[in-house]
Amino acid sequence: MSSLSTDLPTQALKADAERLFNRKRMVNFGLPGLVLVYLIYVFFAFDVPGLTERANWENGKTLVSDSYSYKTHVERDNRNGEISVAIEGERKGAYPDGSAPDWVALGDTTVIDLEDGHVVRFGPETVEYDIPGYGTVRATPSRSAGVQAELPAGEVPDWINVSKNRLAVKTDAGRLTVTRNRSEVFRYFTGWELFWFTLDSPYYGKAFSELASRAVSGEAGAIFNDFWTNKMWRHQDVAWAIFETILMAFLGTLGAGMIALPLAFLATRNFNPLRSLRFATRRVFDFVRGVDALIWTVVLARAFGPGPLTGALAILVTDTGTFGKIFSEALENVDEKQIEGVQSTGANAPQRYRFGVIPQITPILLSQLLYFLESNTRSATVIGAITGGGIGLLLTQAIITQKDWEEVAYYIVLIILMVMLMDWFSGWLRRRLIRGETGKPRKPRGAKV
Amino acid sequence: MADLTATAESVDQIRDEYTAMTRRKRVYGGILLILFVALMVAGFRTADSRNAGSFVDGWHRILDYPAEVLSEAWEKIAELPANLVTFFPALIETINIAAASTLIGTLAGTFLALMSTRGMALWPRLIPLFRRISDVFRAIPEIVIALVLIFILGGGPVPAMIAIAIHTAGALGKLFSEVNENASLKPVEGLQSVGANWSQRMYLGVIPQVGPNYVSYALLRFEINIRASAILGFVGAGGLGYELRNAMSWGQGRYDEAAAIFLLLFVTIVIVDQLSGALRDRLTHGAEKGATA
Repeated sequence: MSSLSTDLPTQALKADAERLFNRKRMVNFGLPGLVLVYLIYVFFAFDVPGLTERANWENGKTLVSDSYSYKTHVERDNRNGEISVAIEGERKGAYPDGSAPDWVALGDTTVIDLEDGHVVRFGPETVEYDIPGYGTVRATPSRSAGVQAELPAGEVPDWINVSKNRLAVKTDAGRLTVTRNRSEVFRYFTGWELFWFTLDSPYYGKAFSELASRAVSGEAGAIFNDFWTNKMWRHQDVAWAIFETILMAFLGTLGAGMIALPLAFLATRNFNPLRSLRFATRRVFDFVRGVDALIWTVVLARAFGPGPLTGALAILVTDTGTFGKIFSEALENVDEKQIEGVQSTGANAPQRYRFGVIPQITPILLSQLLYFLESNTRSATVIGAITGGGIGLLLTQAIITQKDWEEVAYYIVLIILMVMLMDWFSGWLRRRLIRGETGKPRKPRGAKV
Repeated sequence: MADLTATAESVDQIRDEYTAMTRRKRVYGGILLILFVALMVAGFRTADSRNAGSFVDGWHRILDYPAEVLSEAWEKIAELPANLVTFFPALIETINIAAASTLIGTLAGTFLALMSTRGMALWPRLIPLFRRISDVFRAIPEIVIALVLIFILGGGPVPAMIAIAIHTAGALGKLFSEVNENASLKPVEGLQSVGANWSQRMYLGVIPQVGPNYVSYALLRFEINIRASAILGFVGAGGLGYELRNAMSWGQGRYDEAAAIFLLLFVTIVIVDQLSGALRDRLTHGAEKGATA
C-alpha cells in the first residue's frame, strides 16, 4: 500500500485508517442487513404467514405416522354378516376367507382384541366396544333406522363422533367406524408389513432361521421368487426403476461426453483458427445449456413418449453444452510443447491429438464425467418424475395416491442410498484413476472416453 | 536406474520389455474400450425397449413440437409482449425461490461446514455427525422433499424453497468444508488467545479467509438453483415451471404462452449464467488486486 510511505503526517494516516475501518464496518453490518431485508421481503412475498393457515397438519400427521406404521382393517358387511380382514384394507393384503390374525377370533360374535383392555365385539346385531376408563359403546346398525348408538352416561367426548347414520370412535388402540352397511375396525402396528412376503406366500411370518434352513435345503429359488414378486412392495419393479434411473444417468453423461469432446475442439482458439465456426460452436453450447433439462425433457417427451430413453436424451443434450464448455476451456489450457514434441517424432494429426492432447486433458475429462455421473443420478430422479421413468415415477405415483406413505418412505430411503452409493463410487473411481495418473502414468490409459 | 555397464543384450531386453508392455497396455485399453462400447450399446437398447416410443420412430419428430409451438407463437407475435408481461411475476417468483433458497442454504451450509471441520468445530466430537447430515442433505433430490411438502403445505413457492435450501445446504456444506480445510487456523488461535468466543472466532478469523471462495460457490449454486426452481414449479411449486405446465396442458391455442415462458426461462438462465460467471471470474482472478483493500 502506497499510503504507508513515511513522509505522510500521522494525522493523514490516521484519517486513512479511520476511513478503511468505516468502510469495513459498513460492509460487515450492511451485508447481513441486506440479506435480512431480502429474507423479510421473501417472507411476505411467499405469504409465509398465510401458509400456516393453509397448511394441512392433519396430512402431515398421517404422513409421518403412516410412513412407519400400518393398519389392519377388520370389516363386517352388515348386509350379509361376512367378515374380512385385510392389511391396509387392500385386496393384495387380504387374509384368505375364514382365516385371521390371532388377535381376531372369528365366530358368531367376532371378538377383536385391540390390547390394553380395548375389545371390540361384532355381534349378529350389535357392535360393542369396551373402552377402559370410559365404558362400553354399543351401536346397532339397521337398514331402516340408521345407526343407533348407546353411549355411557355423561357428555360425549370429542374422540367419539355420533350422528344418525354413523358412529366413529377413535382411541389410541385403534379406530371403530359403524355405518348402516358396514362396521370397520382399524388396528395400528409399527413397521412395514408384508415387506418380505405377502400373505399368500408359504413363507409369510416364518422366522429368519427357518427361512435360512429351508433355503439351504433347496428352496432358495422359491423363497427369492416369492420375495421378488411381492405384490405389495413390488421389489422387482423397484429394482428395475433404480436400474433405469442409473441407466439414464450413465447413458446421458457418457453420451454427452462422447459428443462434446470432438465439438469442444471446434470451440477453442488454439485448435480451430476459424473464428466464425468457433463462435457458432460456443453459441450452440450456450444454447443447449440455457434451454435447460426441463424444456428438453418436455420437448423430447413429445417425440419419444415417457420412459428412460427420453430422460437419457434430455440429460445428454443438456450436458453436451456443459461438457463442451468445460472441455473447450481445458483444451485451451493444454501445453503446446507436448504437442510439438510428438510432432517432432513425425506424428500425423490424429497421432498428435491422441498422444499430445488427450493425455493432458484426461484427468479433467474423467473427473468431470464422474462428477456429473453422480449429480445426474439425482437429475435422472427428477426428470423421471416429470417424464415418467425410473424411481422418480414410482415416487410420484406413490405420493399421488396419498396413502402409501410407507412406500414413499421406502423409495426415499432407496433414492438417498442410490445417490450416496453413486457418490461414493464416482469418488472412488476418480481417486483411483487420477491418482494413478501421477503415480503410475500408465494406469488410466484404457479408460479414455 | 541407468546402468553404465549395460551390454547389448540388456538393451535388447529393455526394448523387448517395452514392446511387451506397450502391447499389454494396448490390449487392456482395447478390452476396456470394447467393454465400454458394449455397455453403452446394451444400455441404449434397454432404455429404448423400455421407453414408450422408440428412438428410430421418434428422432425425426423431435422438432415437430418446437416447430408447432414456434409457428403458433409466430402467428400471434403481437401478443408476445403482453404475454411476457403476464408471466413476469412468475419469473420473479422463480428467481426469488432460487435466491432465497441459495441464501438460506448458504447460511446453513456455512454452519454445517464449520461444524464438520477439525479445529473449527464447536463440538469436535460431533464432526462425523455433521458430515453425515450434509451427506444425506446432499443426496436428497429436491423433488422428493418438494413433493412431500406440497402434500402438507399445499402448492406454492415455500415447499420448493425449503426443498432447494436443504439440498443446497448439503452440497455447499461439503464444498465449504473443503475450503475450510485449506484455511489457516492461526487467526482463530490468535482470536482465542484474546478471549473471543466461538462465533467471534469464526466471523472474524475464518470467514474473511474463505469468503471469496464461499461467494463463488454460492453463485454457482444460484445458477443451478434457478434451473431447479423452474423444474419444481413443474410439479406444482409455483413460478415459471407451474405456468409452463398449465400452458402446455391447455395444448394448442395456448402455445404462444408456452413460447413466452420458454423465452423468459431461457433468457433468465443465460443472463444469470453470464452474470455469475463474470462475478466468479472476478472473485478468483481479481483476488490479488483486492487483497490490500
